Amino acid sequence: MDILKAENIRAYYDSPIGEVKAVQDVNITVEDGDFIGIAGESGCGKSTLANVLMMNIRPPLKFCGGKILLDGEEISGKDRRYVKEKFWGTVISLVPQAALNSLMPTKRIKEFIIDVIQAHKKISEKEILELAKNKIVEVGLPPEILSLYPHELSGGMRQRVVIVASAILNPKLLIADEPTSALDVSTQKQVLKMMVDLQRKQSIRSTILITHDIAIQRQVCNKLLIMYAGRVVEYGSIDDVIYNPKHPYTKGLINSVLTPEPEVRRRGLMALFIPGEPPNLVNPPPGCPFNPRCPFAMPRCKSETPELTYSDNRAVACWLYIL
Amino acid sequence: MPAKNNILKVENLTKVYEVGLFKKKYITAVDNISFSISRGEIVSLVGESGSGKTTVAKIILRLLPPSSGRVLYKGEDIWEKKGIESLKAYWREVHAVFQDPFASFNPVYKIDRILEQAFNLMGTPVDENAVNEALKEVALLPNEVLGKYPHELSGGQRQRLMIARCFLLKPQLILADEPVSMVDASTRASIVNLFLRLRDEYKTSIIFITHDLGLAYFVSDRILIMYKGEIVEEGPPDELISSPRDDYTKKLLESVPLLYGKWKGF
Repeated sequence: MDILKAENIRAYYDSPIGEVKAVQDVNITVEDGDFIGIAGESGCGKSTLANVLMMNIRPPLKFCGGKILLDGEEISGKDRRYVKEKFWGTVISLVPQAALNSLMPTKRIKEFIIDVIQAHKKISEKEILELAKNKIVEVGLPPEILSLYPHELSGGMRQRVVIVASAILNPKLLIADEPTSALDVSTQKQVLKMMVDLQRKQSIRSTILITHDIAIQRQVCNKLLIMYAGRVVEYGSIDDVIYNPKHPYTKGLINSVLTPEPEVRRRGLMALFIPGEPPNLVNPPPGCPFNPRCPFAMPRCKSETPELTYSDNRAVACWLYIL
Repeated sequence: MPAKNNILKVENLTKVYEVGLFKKKYITAVDNISFSISRGEIVSLVGESGSGKTTVAKIILRLLPPSSGRVLYKGEDIWEKKGIESLKAYWREVHAVFQDPFASFNPVYKIDRILEQAFNLMGTPVDENAVNEALKEVALLPNEVLGKYPHELSGGQRQRLMIARCFLLKPQLILADEPVSMVDASTRASIVNLFLRLRDEYKTSIIFITHDLGLAYFVSDRILIMYKGEIVEEGPPDELISSPRDDYTKKLLESVPLLYGKWKGF
């Protein structure tokens, strides 16, 4: 059974200038053992999607359609509090963006962990501390950090603590939103290593890693999903998408990754360009949302929106590949 | 490299910060570093947070005095001359582009002021034609940005505006501190390209100060690796990447996520 299956989900923000169509007809399936990367530029709906997948929906965000099955139960349209009490922490956990900065400076790490768990589960402090201690030892951190204050820990250590706190109740799916973007590269690697280990030891059964840095996803993910203007434009195994991108946007995005590798320098500067800017999601262009920037746009692309179409575990939403 | 070709020379630069009110502590942010840059050269100063790279930038920009050592611009010690006029003359030739242009724009002033400041530095009246020309260079439409406030522009637009100022001033040396770390991948190329054009058209020398080894590898003629206030290794990008000698450089290269190569043990 899939851990999570979302079909055609849509979620919009209410705003004075109209609805912001942040998530539009998104499909995603998470199986046991998956480590899925979600990539795309800022404002393409990645973080909104993360919140929608766990029904963390509060105004101005609203759920506008589609079906989400979490651990076999339909949660789409269900009350946020119901989903929170039944699923958060035990089935699905989210490490939000910049979570490492959200630790209360006046509270010790153990108080933070107790607060986080008790926010949606009725478990005694003693029991939580026992679980927390085990988990911290399991990932190779010293248990003494439980009695420290956030300022006594480095950024990388704080981020690891936040991730461990989300994994204490062994969720089947952990969603981490830009968990390493504020960290130096060596710290980044340690945090990612810990996430991989948590899944290897089956504390977590599957992970969704949201970041704009495809090179990071390349290191740890098995699948990659590319979002553009609130939609999924490409999906496939990580190697497949990186070595053989199909959607013109994916090609542009992968070409614009700068890593210290001779292949990257050899591509030259021209390869880095994606002309134009992402569209306004209040009033996205008709047809394919990428058509104003796309070098291959045909008349059809300006009027009809291509659906995400699957063949051989690979999915692309582009008229170039739909017959 | 002949000395006359050097536009900037940093000699035994050291900066020690004094911290603490009662119990004084000394932190060596920059530890006896030396390097030079020739005309039209692009050099990257690469290091992680706390490596001292931004302190070096501040000293070169005359924003912070060094504890010891010298910075020679065209052979003259930049800290020898005093007074606002000499500072303005220096900034006309040695100009900075910072990481988050939002932080350096006063939100209550219109964008126009950013460009007017360039004329102030040059000591000439505002020339509208020159402004329009500079905006054209960085692919901004005048009616798209002029008369607007900073928050009305995207990060990429704001960064291009800062570079438009460089096209107005045509400085000899640009210090770019993390110039693309706030902009998205697809905008990054156009920003990088503007720096390369400044170098190609005006022989501007550029120092990129960055934590991003990928960017440094892509744009530089030479890379300097900084660690704990010292320059631990320097060399041409391909050589540095393929055969690093210093232990820290090696560790840094092992930690950088790659697009094609994969980490061991993951």
